Amino acid sequence: MTRTNDLANRLPASVAALLVGASLVTATPALAQTRVVTTTEDLASLAREVGGDKVQVFAIAKGYQDPHFVDAKPSFMLAINRADLLIVIGRELELGWLPPLISSARNAKVQAGAAGYLDTSLNVDILEIPAGRITRAMGDVHPQGNPHYWLDPANGRLMARAVRDKLTQLSPGDGAYFQQRYADFDRRLAEAEGRWDVTMAPYRGTKVVTYHRSWPNFMERFGLDVMGYVEPKPGIPPSPAHTIALIGEMRSQGVKLIIVEPYFSKRTPESIANQVGGLVLELAPSVGGEDSVTDYIKLFDFIISQLAAALKQVTGR
Amino acid sequence: MTHVGLRLTFGLMASVLAGAVGPAFAQAPQVQPPSPEPSAEVQQVREELAQLRAEFDRLRQAYDDRLAALERRLAQLGGGPSVLPPPDPTVPDELDVPVAIEQRLPPSSSQVFNPDTSVIGNFVTTAGQNPFSDGSSLSLEEVEVAFQAIVDPYSRADFYIAAGPEGVEVEEGYLTLTALPARMLLKVGKLRAQFGKMNTLHTHRVPGVDRPLVSNNLLGGQEGLSDAGLSLSHLVLNPVVFLELTGEVFAGHSSVFQSSDRSKLNYLGRVRAYRDLTEATNIDLGASFTFGPTTLDGGTERAHESEEAEAEARGALGLNKQLFGIDATLRYRPLRGALYRRLNLATELVWSRQDLPEGGQTTAFGFYGLGEYQFARRWYVGGRIDRSARPFDGAAVDTGGAVFLTFWPSEFSQLRGQYRRINFHESRSANEFLFQLNFSIGAHGAHLF
Repeated sequence: MTRTNDLANRLPASVAALLVGASLVTATPALAQTRVVTTTEDLASLAREVGGDKVQVFAIAKGYQDPHFVDAKPSFMLAINRADLLIVIGRELELGWLPPLISSARNAKVQAGAAGYLDTSLNVDILEIPAGRITRAMGDVHPQGNPHYWLDPANGRLMARAVRDKLTQLSPGDGAYFQQRYADFDRRLAEAEGRWDVTMAPYRGTKVVTYHRSWPNFMERFGLDVMGYVEPKPGIPPSPAHTIALIGEMRSQGVKLIIVEPYFSKRTPESIANQVGGLVLELAPSVGGEDSVTDYIKLFDFIISQLAAALKQVTGR
Repeated sequence: MTHVGLRLTFGLMASVLAGAVGPAFAQAPQVQPPSPEPSAEVQQVREELAQLRAEFDRLRQAYDDRLAALERRLAQLGGGPSVLPPPDPTVPDELDVPVAIEQRLPPSSSQVFNPDTSVIGNFVTTAGQNPFSDGSSLSLEEVEVAFQAIVDPYSRADFYIAAGPEGVEVEEGYLTLTALPARMLLKVGKLRAQFGKMNTLHTHRVPGVDRPLVSNNLLGGQEGLSDAGLSLSHLVLNPVVFLELTGEVFAGHSSVFQSSDRSKLNYLGRVRAYRDLTEATNIDLGASFTFGPTTLDGGTERAHESEEAEAEARGALGLNKQLFGIDATLRYRPLRGALYRRLNLATELVWSRQDLPEGGQTTAFGFYGLGEYQFARRWYVGGRIDRSARPFDGAAVDTGGAVFLTFWPSEFSQLRGQYRRINFHESRSANEFLFQLNFSIGAHGAHLF
């Protein structure tokens, strides 16, 4: 008992000394670059476009990963701990994993509402904001609207602009540099939009099916019509009854193309495609979803080239 | 110590008062002498009016440009050429921002600051035989109500109220200070102690319907090591692993530690190391040590006149207890197939040392090994092996195991069936089938890791 009490007296002081000592030992010098952590690779690409060599960027979710379901690994906590700026998609896309990372990161600079926190959804065009009473009977619905808004280049431009403004706020001396890089990105994006519009023009009004509600902004921007979804409701795996109904509807409307994100099983979509004589197209909606998709503009280059080829095959146009 | 504390308190109060009073003085209205030239003020107002008018004209022109651009785009979408012109460089950047101005408004100003609220129900049915348990065959084991919100720029609060057959209690309720320097994180309130992995989990998050034998025998069962106290943790930056040091102090009013003297507290220390082996595989290791006073002596079968008097008498004996544990978790989850495949392997080993009223100490050891594999989007299968001595008799060892199958209809409900066998030290066995229904309503809580 005496031994235990001695230990009880010594331990708090020992722990405190250990913690303080570790703080001193592990203190790291500040870097000249702004350290940016983003929740997705799309945001990381925009941060690199605007930030250039003035930023050091790390993306948490990979492009071939479902951004709704990311493990809140301690290694991500470390990255956020070191960040000067945290950029998030918002609209509750990261709700299932980001809050504990932020609150445990021990970094006041990037807490929600702090100067180093940027939610790019606040200045863009958001679709599918539910109206009326929202319940879980509607599936894993996002009450603040569809968070896949980066798939409209116009939104990408606004997101890049928000990144420019935030980086300028954090590093005012580099404001002109960020503005120059943003202007260059804006110019290249506008040029690319011209290309993409030409490629997609023959397919305006074509009906397609997607697995998840990942594409409303893209489809609206390029004039495609989403007839239905493989998921009966957001986040709910396909059921036999829904699949049969979807096959019937695709047959009656002549819909031949099913778009599937790389992280969903293709078994049900391929079964549906066999039934309707259609085609399954695996399409990553994010930068990094394919090895060749290394930045935001290449993401649309890839999506549009793949989509146009598939639409040509199913429509003959 | 007391004088130092008083001085510190008065010092802080003085600082706060100085801070509060200073600005008040600074902002005191100053008496302005009558202006010798009233026309100068009028001139200033005119100039400001002219500036406002110019600003208004500029904004109006900008909006007109914006409207014209939108009309051109609409005309093209309605049958004009499909190639859109590049954005008009004469339109200022700021004009793109108001596109979604209504989306920036909160849905309801009166509700927006309410905490996220969720309710989780845990319904369990039990069939089969257990010679040492007469638990109900049908039971709403627990209803957990959670309230979570950011308090201010420096902290957040989490409250979990649990109601079950034994009553209502605050399972956890704490403030987390998120803006401390030196990579510190402080939690204040009632907490589940950071001893290993299983103790930190709320009942509905436990893999399996029940907790392992070692949790029940040595770590306080479902309630576990949960007490009012402080938890201070620190990240130790290094290039090799995620390394976290945690120190905690509790009042000593849990099902494991009991203090009859406010100077006798329960202390805990933990080291956690984590590393990604690949992008899909990671390993999590921890070591925990806790000690404190106890009034339990293992003699619960003895008759006594008053529980309080008995506890006081045992407290006077100054009994202490120590627990040491190590834990390891290996996780595999391929990122491309994260919705469909996952493997978790975990183990915890716990050693207990307890003072005996008659003198001397008794030691006990227990562990569990757990595996859970996701083989389809909504299906998991798992198993657990158990072995644990009892805290007052290290030679009295219970062993057992369980297998379970889990189905998730959605993210918000879960069905689980489990077979459990326990071989008690008394050469008697329990064979039971358990069925669990977990369901949640309300805010979408973050998934624990």
